[in-house]
Amino acid sequence: MRLTLALFLTPVVLWLGLLIVLPHLDLLIMSFRMDPAFGDEGWSLENYHQFFAEPIYWLTFVRTAGYSVLVTLLTFLVSLPVAFYVTKVVARNTSRFLLTMLLLPFWVSELVRVYGWMILLRESGVLNHWLTALGITGAPVEMLYNDATMIMGLVYTSMLFMVVPLVSVLESLDDSLIEAACDLGAGPWTIMRTIVVPHCMPGIMSGAIVVFMLTLGNYLTPNLMGGKNSLWFTEQIYNQFIASFNWNQGAAFGFLLLALSSCIIWLGLRLTGQKLSRVVQ
Amino acid sequence: MIRSLPRSRGYTMGYGLYVTLYFVFLFAPLAVTCVLAFNDSQFPSLPWKGFTLDWFLADLPARTGIFHDRGNLSSIFTSAQTAILVSALATLVGTCAAFLFEQEEFPLKGALYFLMLAPLVVPGVILGISILIAATTAGTFMEDVLGIDVGILRPGFWLVVLGQFSFITTFVTLVVSARLKKFDRTLEEAALNLGATRLEVIRYITLPFLRTAIIGAGAVAFLMSFENFNTTLFLVGSEPTLPINLYLQVRDGSTPVINAISFLLIVGTSLVACVNLYAGRKTEAS
Repeated sequence: MRLTLALFLTPVVLWLGLLIVLPHLDLLIMSFRMDPAFGDEGWSLENYHQFFAEPIYWLTFVRTAGYSVLVTLLTFLVSLPVAFYVTKVVARNTSRFLLTMLLLPFWVSELVRVYGWMILLRESGVLNHWLTALGITGAPVEMLYNDATMIMGLVYTSMLFMVVPLVSVLESLDDSLIEAACDLGAGPWTIMRTIVVPHCMPGIMSGAIVVFMLTLGNYLTPNLMGGKNSLWFTEQIYNQFIASFNWNQGAAFGFLLLALSSCIIWLGLRLTGQKLSRVVQ
Repeated sequence: MIRSLPRSRGYTMGYGLYVTLYFVFLFAPLAVTCVLAFNDSQFPSLPWKGFTLDWFLADLPARTGIFHDRGNLSSIFTSAQTAILVSALATLVGTCAAFLFEQEEFPLKGALYFLMLAPLVVPGVILGISILIAATTAGTFMEDVLGIDVGILRPGFWLVVLGQFSFITTFVTLVVSARLKKFDRTLEEAALNLGATRLEVIRYITLPFLRTAIIGAGAVAFLMSFENFNTTLFLVGSEPTLPINLYLQVRDGSTPVINAISFLLIVGTSLVACVNLYAGRKTEAS
């Protein structure tokens, strides 16, 4: 018996120890050290001080967090009617097919999907071609590179992670509850508010946590659709690492982002009384 | 309201319209990418100038189709190599982890399980930079103290493999664990009573039961590795993977050859996803 335990335990401990625990410890240590090129070596809070001293850094941080909350909310509002339609409204045979169709685009790389939006929306894009051809707009309008488009793109890339948990909680909702409410004279809005949403709360929260985390840590979509003025915090991290080569500063930024996402997820789990191990399945 | 209840016409039509619009929204970027891969134009945009297969097949000075595009082809090759290695490693270790967490008892199991879940809530960018930092620290240590230069600790192929492996293994573990939870352990007891060793039980009874789940998890791992961007971004060396290579081209302006690659990716991943879905349904039924 002990032999098999060792057989399973060794690779798992190596994986988690060498690739998860050690790197994050190293990240933390590095964030408390000064870059030799920028000052004295040794322990220092300078990297964190820099973060608060430069408004561009913490403003981007706050902006990223705020927009991530907004994206999570929008994703929920867009996805709930669709999840409800697929599980409760449409005939059962069609339901399976629609569900497959919902999942299919998400197997395709995020880059390809963002690229698709770029050819649709840019100044020389497909949408502008039609708009000018139909005479709706006189000259092409640049629809990329602004905050609204970036948020649309972020909602688009995260919809799946909201739809799947919503579908699975809706499937466990007994139709007769809705029928009874309807018999008693409740309208669709009341049913939504008093039966569907409360029942779906675990799914909503698990979707919200995943969407929030993925949006906060997204690099591609803000970078390609957001343009020059819409900075995302992951871009700040990238710039510190690749452009400025100030790894210590970048490590501090990384750790701040990690702390932020952990705090929000912890808070979300606490508020809804759920466990991480249940949410991720 | 729901299918068993009578609905007003306005409600049905309004709802149907919303869902139709949603699906248009969902598929529009993919459809337009695919269509423009066949447009006879230097730019991935309208107007439509006629059908062509140039962006797949041509080998002209002005146009290089994907099948002659050496840069893109070699990045596809790098991605495939990475994905094969990552999915093999992740499937192996992930299956071990599933056995460990489902069937073994040991001290600190809860803590280790929590650690195993951690990559799900760590943003990919952070995973990338922390592995980059750790590898550099280890590399510097090797060079300063032992005087040996360890090439694989510098950004490049092996670091990408390690970085992707670190979080994809978690997904494999969860998929295989879910199947292992349904396993009837009295089968194992019966085999043990009949004189089989623990390893024989795993080899002849448990693994065959898990086979479809393991294959499915391997396929998912392959796709995740093939399209990973966030973690790879920081670990990539002089041989870019396909997503990184495409990103650089999209950022700096592009020709329809990217559409041709996207078309192949969309068709390819859809096929893998369909096969995976079909296999998954068969397992559920059995």
